[in-house]
Amino acid sequence: MPTFVYMTRCDGCGECVDICPSDIMHIDKKLRRAYNIEPNMCWECYSCVKACPHQAIDVRGYADFAPLGHSVRVLRDEEKGTIAWRIKFRNGKKDMELLAPITTKPWGKHIPKLAELPAPSKEMRDSQLLFNEPKYIRMDDGGLHTLQSNGLEIKEGVQY
Amino acid sequence: MFTSNLFSELSASISPSIMQGYIVLMVLLVMGGTILDMMHKKSAQYFFENAKKASKSAKRTVGAGEKASLAASVLVNEVLTSGEFSNPRRRLSHLLTMYGTVIFVVTTAIMILCYPTPATPTPALLPQLWHLGALMLAVGGYWFWLFIRVDVSAEGLPWFRFERADLFILSLLATSTFALIWSFTGGGLTVFFALFVLSSTVLFGGVYWSKFAHMFFKPAAAFQKRIIMADGSRENLPPEYDLTDPEVQRKFPDIPMYMGKNPPNMGLCIKAERAKHY
Repeated sequence: MPTFVYMTRCDGCGECVDICPSDIMHIDKKLRRAYNIEPNMCWECYSCVKACPHQAIDVRGYADFAPLGHSVRVLRDEEKGTIAWRIKFRNGKKDMELLAPITTKPWGKHIPKLAELPAPSKEMRDSQLLFNEPKYIRMDDGGLHTLQSNGLEIKEGVQY
Repeated sequence: MFTSNLFSELSASISPSIMQGYIVLMVLLVMGGTILDMMHKKSAQYFFENAKKASKSAKRTVGAGEKASLAASVLVNEVLTSGEFSNPRRRLSHLLTMYGTVIFVVTTAIMILCYPTPATPTPALLPQLWHLGALMLAVGGYWFWLFIRVDVSAEGLPWFRFERADLFILSLLATSTFALIWSFTGGGLTVFFALFVLSSTVLFGGVYWSKFAHMFFKPAAAFQKRIIMADGSRENLPPEYDLTDPEVQRKFPDIPMYMGKNPPNMGLCIKAERAKHY
Protein backbone atom coordinates (compact mmCIF):
# COMPACT_ATOMS: atom_id res chain seq x y z
CA MET A 1 0.00 0.00 0.00
CA PRO A 2 2.10 2.98 -1.17
CA THR A 3 1.48 6.34 0.40
CA PHE A 4 -0.07 9.46 -1.06
CA VAL A 5 -0.62 12.99 0.24
CA TYR A 6 -3.79 15.02 0.61
CA MET A 7 -2.41 18.27 -0.77
CA THR A 8 -5.05 20.36 0.96
CA ARG A 9 -4.14 19.00 4.39
CA CYS A 10 -0.36 19.12 3.96
CA ASP A 11 1.34 22.27 5.20
CA GLY A 12 4.77 21.41 3.80
CA CYS A 13 6.48 20.97 7.15
CA GLY A 14 8.89 18.33 5.80
CA GLU A 15 8.48 15.72 8.59
CA CYS A 16 7.82 13.02 5.98
CA VAL A 17 10.83 14.11 3.91
CA ASP A 18 13.00 13.75 6.99
CA ILE A 19 11.71 10.36 8.03
CA CYS A 20 11.30 8.49 4.72
CA PRO A 21 13.91 5.69 4.63
CA SER A 22 13.48 5.34 0.86
CA ASP A 23 14.00 9.06 0.26
CA ILE A 24 10.92 9.18 -1.93
CA MET A 25 8.86 11.72 0.03
CA HIS A 26 9.74 15.13 -1.33
CA ILE A 27 8.38 18.63 -1.63
CA ASP A 28 6.65 19.69 -4.83
CA LYS A 29 8.64 22.53 -6.36
CA LYS A 30 5.62 24.58 -7.35
CA LEU A 31 3.09 23.88 -4.62
CA ARG A 32 5.48 23.43 -1.67
CA ARG A 33 3.54 20.39 -0.53
CA ALA A 34 4.85 16.88 0.03
CA TYR A 35 4.29 14.05 -2.43
CA ASN A 36 5.49 10.53 -3.03
CA ILE A 37 7.81 10.85 -6.01
CA GLU A 38 8.04 7.10 -6.67
CA PRO A 39 5.13 5.07 -5.26
CA ASN A 40 6.43 1.79 -6.68
CA MET A 41 9.61 2.21 -4.66
CA CYS A 42 7.66 2.71 -1.42
CA TRP A 43 8.65 0.15 1.23
CA GLU A 44 5.26 0.64 2.83
CA CYS A 45 6.89 1.23 6.21
CA TYR A 46 4.27 3.95 6.92
CA SER A 47 6.85 6.07 8.74
CA CYS A 48 5.57 9.16 6.92
CA VAL A 49 1.93 8.25 7.57
CA LYS A 50 2.63 8.00 11.26
CA ALA A 51 4.91 11.04 11.38
CA CYS A 52 2.61 13.49 9.60
CA PRO A 53 1.27 15.93 12.23
CA HIS A 54 -1.77 16.77 10.08
CA GLN A 55 -2.84 13.27 9.02
CA ALA A 56 -2.25 14.44 5.46
CA ILE A 57 -0.66 11.16 4.31
CA ASP A 58 -2.64 8.01 3.70
CA VAL A 59 -2.13 4.75 1.92
CA ARG A 60 -3.86 3.23 -1.05
CA GLY A 61 -4.96 -0.29 -0.16
CA TYR A 62 -4.47 -3.02 -2.72
CA ALA A 63 -7.60 -3.81 -4.67
CA ASP A 64 -7.88 -7.37 -3.32
CA PHE A 65 -8.53 -6.28 0.23
CA ALA A 66 -9.98 -2.82 -0.27
CA PRO A 67 -11.54 -2.08 -3.68
CA LEU A 68 -11.13 1.32 -5.30
CA GLY A 69 -12.93 4.13 -3.56
CA HIS A 70 -11.86 2.91 -0.15
CA SER A 71 -10.16 4.88 2.54
CA VAL A 72 -7.32 3.78 4.83
CA ARG A 73 -6.66 6.42 7.45
CA VAL A 74 -4.45 6.56 10.47
CA LEU A 75 -4.22 8.58 13.66
CA ARG A 76 -1.07 8.42 15.72
CA ASP A 77 -1.10 9.61 19.32
CA GLU A 78 2.38 9.85 20.82
CA GLU A 79 1.26 10.64 24.33
CA LYS A 80 -1.12 7.69 24.49
CA GLY A 81 1.43 5.54 22.69
CA THR A 82 -1.17 4.17 20.29
CA ILE A 83 -1.87 4.09 16.62
CA ALA A 84 -5.42 3.81 15.30
CA TRP A 85 -6.40 2.75 11.79
CA ARG A 86 -9.70 2.97 10.05
CA ILE A 87 -10.36 1.06 6.84
CA LYS A 88 -13.57 1.94 5.07
CA PHE A 89 -14.83 0.29 1.91
CA ARG A 90 -16.44 2.29 -0.82
CA ASN A 91 -19.89 0.91 -0.01
CA GLY A 92 -19.55 2.54 3.42
CA LYS A 93 -20.74 -0.64 5.13
CA LYS A 94 -17.42 -2.36 5.70
CA ASP A 95 -15.88 -0.02 8.22
CA MET A 96 -13.06 -1.48 10.31
CA GLU A 97 -11.29 0.16 13.20
CA LEU A 98 -7.99 -1.04 14.62
CA LEU A 99 -6.10 0.22 17.64
CA ALA A 100 -2.65 -0.98 18.63
CA PRO A 101 0.08 0.07 21.04
CA ILE A 102 3.16 1.60 19.41
CA THR A 103 5.05 1.32 22.63
CA THR A 104 4.34 -0.20 26.00
CA LYS A 105 6.85 1.93 27.89
CA PRO A 106 7.37 5.71 27.80
CA TRP A 107 9.47 6.94 24.86
CA GLY A 108 13.17 7.36 25.53
CA LYS A 109 13.07 5.28 28.72
CA HIS A 110 14.18 1.68 29.06
CA ILE A 111 16.60 1.92 26.13
CA PRO A 112 18.64 -1.30 26.03
CA LYS A 113 22.21 -0.62 27.11
CA LEU A 114 23.83 -2.75 24.45
CA ALA A 115 27.28 -1.30 25.10
CA GLU A 116 27.23 -2.84 28.54
CA LEU A 117 26.45 -6.32 27.25
CA PRO A 118 29.31 -8.80 26.85
CA ALA A 119 30.80 -8.99 23.36
CA PRO A 120 29.65 -11.98 21.30
CA SER A 121 31.93 -15.00 21.31
CA LYS A 122 33.54 -16.36 18.15
CA GLU A 123 31.05 -19.18 18.14
CA MET A 124 28.16 -16.70 18.22
CA ARG A 125 29.72 -14.62 15.43
CA ASP A 126 30.10 -17.66 13.21
CA SER A 127 26.53 -18.78 13.89
CA GLN A 128 23.65 -18.28 11.45
CA LEU A 129 21.60 -16.76 14.24
CA LEU A 130 21.21 -13.00 14.66
CA PHE A 131 21.62 -11.02 17.88
CA ASN A 132 19.53 -12.48 20.69
CA GLU A 133 18.11 -15.24 18.54
CA PRO A 134 16.51 -17.59 19.37
CA LYS A 135 15.33 -15.65 22.47
CA TYR A 136 13.83 -12.69 20.57
CA ILE A 137 11.81 -14.88 18.23
CA ARG A 138 10.86 -17.09 21.19
CA MET A 139 12.38 -20.20 19.61
CA ASP A 140 13.77 -21.13 23.02
CA ASP A 141 10.26 -21.41 24.37
CA GLY A 142 9.04 -24.56 22.66
CA GLY A 143 9.81 -23.71 19.04
CA LEU A 144 8.44 -21.01 16.73
CA HIS A 145 5.13 -19.61 17.91
CA THR A 146 2.31 -20.02 15.43
CA LEU A 147 -1.42 -19.47 15.57
CA GLN A 148 -1.82 -23.23 15.80
CA SER A 149 0.69 -23.67 18.63
CA ASN A 150 -1.11 -20.94 20.55
CA GLY A 151 -4.51 -22.54 19.99
CA LEU A 152 -5.67 -19.73 17.69
CA GLU A 153 -7.26 -19.71 14.28
CA ILE A 154 -7.79 -16.98 11.69
CA LYS A 155 -11.19 -15.36 11.96
CA GLU A 156 -12.66 -12.66 9.79
CA GLY A 157 -12.07 -9.22 11.21
CA VAL A 158 -9.63 -10.38 13.88
CA GLN A 159 -6.02 -9.36 13.62
CA TYR A 160 -3.20 -11.20 15.36
CA MET B 1 13.87 59.16 11.11
CA PHE B 2 11.56 56.72 12.87
CA THR B 3 8.97 59.35 13.70
CA SER B 4 8.55 61.11 10.35
CA ASN B 5 6.05 60.17 7.66
CA LEU B 6 8.26 59.46 4.64
CA PHE B 7 5.25 59.50 2.30
CA SER B 8 4.14 62.99 3.26
CA GLU B 9 7.72 64.21 2.73
CA LEU B 10 7.61 62.53 -0.68
CA SER B 11 4.50 64.52 -1.60
CA ALA B 12 6.85 67.33 -2.76
CA SER B 13 8.01 65.06 -5.58
CA ILE B 14 5.00 62.81 -6.19
CA SER B 15 1.42 63.99 -5.98
CA PRO B 16 -0.47 62.44 -3.01
CA SER B 17 -3.30 61.51 -5.37
CA ILE B 18 -0.87 59.29 -7.34
CA MET B 19 0.21 57.55 -4.14
CA GLN B 20 -3.43 57.13 -3.08
CA GLY B 21 -4.30 55.81 -6.54
CA TYR B 22 -1.46 53.30 -6.19
CA ILE B 23 -2.96 52.02 -2.90
CA VAL B 24 -6.39 51.60 -4.55
CA LEU B 25 -4.78 49.86 -7.53
CA MET B 26 -2.96 47.41 -5.23
CA VAL B 27 -6.22 46.59 -3.40
CA LEU B 28 -7.90 45.93 -6.76
CA LEU B 29 -4.98 43.78 -7.90
CA VAL B 30 -5.19 41.65 -4.72
CA MET B 31 -8.95 41.21 -5.16
CA GLY B 32 -8.62 40.38 -8.86
CA GLY B 33 -5.67 38.04 -8.28
CA THR B 34 -7.49 36.18 -5.53
CA ILE B 35 -10.61 35.70 -7.68
CA LEU B 36 -8.52 34.52 -10.66
CA ASP B 37 -6.51 32.20 -8.41
CA MET B 38 -9.74 30.77 -6.97
CA MET B 39 -11.18 30.22 -10.46
CA HIS B 40 -7.97 28.69 -11.83
CA LYS B 41 -7.24 26.30 -8.96
CA LYS B 42 -10.95 25.64 -8.40
CA SER B 43 -10.11 25.76 -4.72
CA ALA B 44 -13.49 27.13 -3.65
CA GLN B 45 -15.28 24.50 -5.75
CA TYR B 46 -13.14 21.74 -4.20
CA PHE B 47 -13.71 23.17 -0.75
CA PHE B 48 -17.51 23.16 -1.06
CA GLU B 49 -17.64 19.75 -2.76
CA ASN B 50 -15.43 18.30 -0.05
CA ALA B 51 -17.57 19.83 2.68
CA LYS B 52 -20.70 18.40 1.04
CA LYS B 53 -19.09 14.95 0.79
CA ALA B 54 -18.00 15.10 4.44
CA SER B 55 -21.47 16.13 5.61
CA LYS B 56 -22.90 12.90 4.14
CA SER B 57 -21.03 10.85 6.72
CA ALA B 58 -21.81 13.25 9.57
CA LYS B 59 -23.08 11.57 12.71
CA ARG B 60 -24.69 14.65 14.20
CA THR B 61 -25.75 18.14 13.19
CA VAL B 62 -23.62 21.03 14.36
CA GLY B 63 -25.87 23.87 15.56
CA ALA B 64 -25.41 27.56 14.81
CA GLY B 65 -24.18 28.28 18.35
CA GLU B 66 -21.58 25.54 18.16
CA LYS B 67 -20.50 26.75 14.71
CA ALA B 68 -20.03 30.24 16.14
CA SER B 69 -17.92 28.83 18.95
CA LEU B 70 -15.84 26.83 16.43
CA ALA B 71 -15.38 29.99 14.35
CA ALA B 72 -14.19 31.84 17.47
CA SER B 73 -11.81 29.01 18.21
CA VAL B 74 -10.42 29.17 14.64
CA LEU B 75 -9.99 32.92 15.04
CA VAL B 76 -8.01 32.51 18.27
CA ASN B 77 -6.02 29.38 17.46
CA GLU B 78 -5.42 29.44 13.72
CA VAL B 79 -5.85 33.03 12.57
CA LEU B 80 -4.43 35.06 15.45
CA THR B 81 -1.81 32.66 16.81
CA SER B 82 -1.01 30.39 13.79
CA GLY B 83 -1.77 27.28 15.86
CA GLU B 84 -1.88 25.05 12.78
CA PHE B 85 1.91 24.86 12.74
CA SER B 86 3.21 22.01 14.85
CA ASN B 87 6.79 23.31 14.53
CA PRO B 88 7.22 26.12 17.12
CA ARG B 89 9.99 27.83 15.12
CA ARG B 90 7.79 27.92 12.05
CA ARG B 91 4.90 29.23 14.11
CA LEU B 92 6.96 32.04 15.61
CA SER B 93 8.41 32.99 12.23
CA HIS B 94 4.91 32.97 10.70
CA LEU B 95 3.57 35.17 13.52
CA LEU B 96 6.41 37.68 13.06
CA THR B 97 5.90 37.75 9.28
CA MET B 98 2.11 37.90 9.48
CA TYR B 99 1.83 40.65 12.09
CA GLY B 100 4.76 42.50 10.52
CA THR B 101 2.98 42.50 7.14
CA VAL B 102 -0.35 43.59 8.60
CA ILE B 103 1.19 46.42 10.64
CA PHE B 104 3.40 47.54 7.74
CA VAL B 105 0.65 47.49 5.09
CA VAL B 106 -2.03 49.09 7.28
CA THR B 107 0.25 51.90 8.52
CA THR B 108 1.42 52.55 4.94
CA ALA B 109 -2.20 52.87 3.78
CA ILE B 110 -3.17 55.11 6.74
CA MET B 111 -0.18 57.40 6.26
CA ILE B 112 -0.80 57.79 2.52
CA LEU B 113 -4.58 58.12 2.71
CA CYS B 114 -5.01 60.15 5.92
CA TYR B 115 -1.76 62.10 6.26
CA PRO B 116 -0.66 62.66 2.64
CA THR B 117 1.12 66.03 3.07
CA PRO B 118 3.12 67.82 5.79
CA ALA B 119 0.04 70.08 6.17
CA THR B 120 -1.67 67.26 8.06
CA PRO B 121 0.88 66.27 10.76
CA THR B 122 1.26 62.51 11.23
CA PRO B 123 1.09 61.09 14.78
CA ALA B 124 4.61 59.85 15.68
CA LEU B 125 3.21 56.41 16.50
CA LEU B 126 2.35 55.62 12.85
CA PRO B 127 5.88 55.88 11.39
CA GLN B 128 7.20 54.01 14.43
CA LEU B 129 4.72 51.20 13.80
CA TRP B 130 5.60 51.28 10.08
CA HIS B 131 9.28 50.66 10.90
CA LEU B 132 8.43 48.05 13.52
CA GLY B 133 6.18 46.20 11.04
CA ALA B 134 8.86 46.23 8.33
CA LEU B 135 11.46 45.02 10.83
CA MET B 136 9.23 42.19 12.13
CA LEU B 137 8.52 41.16 8.55
CA ALA B 138 12.21 41.16 7.68
CA VAL B 139 13.26 39.22 10.81
CA GLY B 140 10.51 36.58 10.48
CA GLY B 141 10.91 36.40 6.70
CA TYR B 142 14.70 36.00 6.60
CA TRP B 143 14.58 33.47 9.45
CA PHE B 144 12.07 31.49 7.41
CA TRP B 145 13.90 31.89 4.10
CA LEU B 146 17.37 30.97 5.38
CA PHE B 147 16.65 28.31 8.00
CA ILE B 148 13.03 27.14 8.35
CA ARG B 149 11.84 26.85 4.74
CA VAL B 150 11.20 23.20 3.98
CA ASP B 151 13.57 23.18 1.00
CA VAL B 152 16.44 24.18 3.28
CA SER B 153 15.46 22.38 6.49
CA ALA B 154 14.17 19.07 5.09
CA GLU B 155 15.29 18.80 1.48
CA GLY B 156 18.81 20.04 2.21
CA LEU B 157 18.83 22.48 -0.71
CA PRO B 158 20.87 25.71 -0.58
CA TRP B 159 19.04 28.86 0.55
CA PHE B 160 19.67 30.68 -2.73
CA ARG B 161 17.78 28.14 -4.83
CA PHE B 162 14.26 29.39 -5.48
CA GLU B 163 11.16 28.51 -7.49
CA ARG B 164 8.08 30.35 -8.61
CA ALA B 165 6.36 29.22 -5.40
CA ASP B 166 8.77 31.51 -3.53
CA LEU B 167 7.43 34.61 -5.27
CA PHE B 168 5.33 35.55 -2.23
CA ILE B 169 8.02 35.30 0.43
CA LEU B 170 10.70 36.83 -1.79
CA SER B 171 8.53 39.80 -2.75
CA LEU B 172 7.61 40.28 0.91
CA LEU B 173 11.28 40.22 1.90
CA ALA B 174 12.23 42.60 -0.90
CA THR B 175 9.41 45.00 0.05
CA SER B 176 10.38 45.18 3.72
CA THR B 177 14.13 45.30 3.00
CA PHE B 178 13.90 48.11 0.42
CA ALA B 179 11.41 50.00 2.61
CA LEU B 180 13.84 49.92 5.53
CA ILE B 181 16.84 50.86 3.37
CA TRP B 182 14.80 53.66 1.80
CA SER B 183 13.99 54.98 5.26
CA PHE B 184 17.56 54.61 6.62
CA THR B 185 18.94 56.47 3.61
CA GLY B 186 16.67 59.42 4.33
CA GLY B 187 13.65 58.72 2.09
CA GLY B 188 12.90 60.82 -0.95
CA LEU B 189 12.80 59.90 -4.60
CA THR B 190 15.74 57.48 -4.71
CA VAL B 191 16.60 54.16 -6.33
CA PHE B 192 15.59 52.40 -3.08
CA PHE B 193 12.13 53.95 -3.30
CA ALA B 194 11.86 52.66 -6.87
CA LEU B 195 12.89 49.17 -5.72
CA PHE B 196 10.41 49.39 -2.80
CA VAL B 197 7.58 50.25 -5.22
CA LEU B 198 8.66 47.57 -7.68
CA SER B 199 8.78 44.81 -5.04
CA SER B 200 5.44 45.81 -3.52
CA THR B 201 3.89 45.87 -7.00
CA VAL B 202 5.18 42.33 -7.56
CA LEU B 203 3.84 41.33 -4.12
CA PHE B 204 0.31 42.63 -4.69
CA GLY B 205 0.21 42.17 -8.45
CA GLY B 206 1.54 38.60 -8.36
CA VAL B 207 -1.27 37.14 -6.25
CA TYR B 208 -2.36 34.88 -9.12
CA TRP B 209 1.09 33.26 -9.29
CA SER B 210 2.06 33.41 -5.63
CA LYS B 211 0.87 32.05 -2.29
CA PHE B 212 -0.62 35.40 -1.30
CA ALA B 213 -4.21 34.14 -1.45
CA HIS B 214 -3.53 31.49 1.22
CA MET B 215 -4.40 34.01 3.89
CA PHE B 216 -7.99 34.03 2.65
CA PHE B 217 -8.32 30.23 2.25
CA LYS B 218 -6.57 29.04 5.38
CA PRO B 219 -9.18 30.21 7.91
CA ALA B 220 -11.98 28.59 5.86
CA ALA B 221 -10.04 25.32 5.64
CA ALA B 222 -9.29 25.40 9.39
CA PHE B 223 -12.98 26.01 10.15
CA GLN B 224 -13.97 23.06 7.94
CA LYS B 225 -11.44 20.84 9.74
CA ARG B 226 -13.08 21.67 13.04
CA ILE B 227 -16.58 21.12 11.65
CA ILE B 228 -15.75 17.57 10.47
CA MET B 229 -14.41 16.75 13.92
CA ALA B 230 -17.50 18.19 15.61
CA ASP B 231 -20.08 16.47 13.39
CA GLY B 232 -18.36 13.08 13.72
CA SER B 233 -17.57 12.61 10.00
CA ARG B 234 -13.83 13.11 10.70
CA GLU B 235 -12.95 12.58 7.01
CA ASN B 236 -12.85 8.86 7.78
CA LEU B 237 -10.19 9.31 10.45
CA PRO B 238 -10.35 6.84 13.35
CA PRO B 239 -11.86 8.11 16.60
CA GLU B 240 -9.73 9.32 19.48
CA TYR B 241 -10.01 6.52 21.97
CA ASP B 242 -9.96 6.79 25.74
CA LEU B 243 -7.64 3.93 26.66
CA THR B 244 -9.09 3.63 30.16
CA ASP B 245 -12.61 3.08 28.83
CA PRO B 246 -13.60 -0.59 29.54
CA GLU B 247 -15.52 -0.70 26.25
CA VAL B 248 -12.36 0.30 24.30
CA GLN B 249 -10.34 -2.26 26.27
CA ARG B 250 -12.91 -4.95 25.46
CA LYS B 251 -12.89 -4.06 21.76
CA PHE B 252 -9.08 -3.90 21.55
CA PRO B 253 -7.71 -6.41 24.09
CA ASP B 254 -4.11 -5.67 23.00
CA ILE B 255 -4.32 -2.37 24.84
CA PRO B 256 -4.87 -3.67 28.41
CA MET B 257 -2.70 -6.74 27.68
CA TYR B 258 0.39 -4.79 26.66
CA MET B 259 -0.19 -1.36 28.17
CA GLY B 260 -2.16 -2.07 31.31
CA LYS B 261 -5.63 -0.88 32.25
CA ASN B 262 -4.48 2.65 32.94
CA PRO B 263 -1.64 3.40 30.49
CA PRO B 264 0.73 6.24 31.49
CA ASN B 265 1.55 9.26 29.34
CA MET B 266 4.10 7.88 26.91
CA GLY B 267 5.85 11.18 26.17
CA LEU B 268 6.55 13.09 22.96
CA CYS B 269 8.11 10.39 20.76
CA ILE B 270 8.92 11.91 17.37
CA LYS B 271 8.05 15.37 18.65
CA ALA B 272 10.75 15.21 21.32
CA GLU B 273 13.47 16.51 19.01
CA ARG B 274 13.85 17.90 15.51
CA ALA B 275 15.27 15.83 12.70
CA LYS B 276 18.96 16.60 12.21
CA HIS B 277 19.67 15.16 8.81
CA TYR B 278 21.33 18.23 7.35
